[in-house]
Amino acid sequence: MKFGVLQFPGSCDEVDALGAARRVGDAELLWHGARDLKGADAIVVPGGFSYGDYLRAGAIARFSPAMESVIAFAGDGGIVLGICNGFQVLCEAHLLPGALLGNANRRFTFRQVELDVVNRDTIFTRACTAGERLSVPAKHSWGRYYAAEDTLAAIERSGQVVLRYAAGENFNGSLNDIAGVCNEAGNVFGLMPHPEHAVDELTGSTDGLRIFESIRLSVEGVRV
Amino acid sequence: MRARVLIRPKAGILDPQGVAVERALPALGFAGVSGVHVGRLVELDVEDPAQVAPMCEKLLANPLVEDYEVEILDGSS
Repeated sequence: MKFGVLQFPGSCDEVDALGAARRVGDAELLWHGARDLKGADAIVVPGGFSYGDYLRAGAIARFSPAMESVIAFAGDGGIVLGICNGFQVLCEAHLLPGALLGNANRRFTFRQVELDVVNRDTIFTRACTAGERLSVPAKHSWGRYYAAEDTLAAIERSGQVVLRYAAGENFNGSLNDIAGVCNEAGNVFGLMPHPEHAVDELTGSTDGLRIFESIRLSVEGVRV
Repeated sequence: MRARVLIRPKAGILDPQGVAVERALPALGFAGVSGVHVGRLVELDVEDPAQVAPMCEKLLANPLVEDYEVEILDGSS
């Protein structure tokens, strides 16, 4: 399978995302100014500070030519993973419900976080075991997940909440400890922590590989 | 025509910037301050002022979490 990793001016985690994707399949970078997704089976919208985070994080990247193609791709059921700034971009593009607001602790925070996989029946978490807890780094200033009350109730009901910060780990003040959500159709997923930075024992955890491995299993139609 | 757009966090949503400013003021000797909220100001020259509200909906604000207010100013500056 092949991953396409978007690259915006101001992206900074696209190379790690590329490296993580290449541990489970092929991957190539896709420049934001081009519409061609080059036959990718899954798209990764990476972390960073696209367009300098001007106006709001993700607000301008959402209108880039590559994102127009990603929106159409997602509409056709294509698999899209947004990490950190990528999550913000997907929310701004209305591919995912809710918004990311400034951390409640008012700080850029960089730390390893523990995440509970609360729905493993998804394209992005099927390689996880029941009750699995993932250890993955998070680093952001704008990561407080927010959705209006009715939206929040709807996504909780429909199983769209995929990852939650474990007890005591929700440093950014996300509602309901939400760390990662998917869309109603289940083919678009965003999370604030960085699975692409947790793929090698050298940096302390390989738990992030579960997300990439899950996508590979989904694309290749492997039942687990 | 000159337009001014004021963008604020919606009421009821925690505004950490507002909280930080509110807590800083008493330390400088300004007592009796509450309800501080920090937003953004966007000023622009437009040929058609009717376009400003759709611009806010689509790009300048995120209506999910922010309220906006459009002022049309006389003349161009």
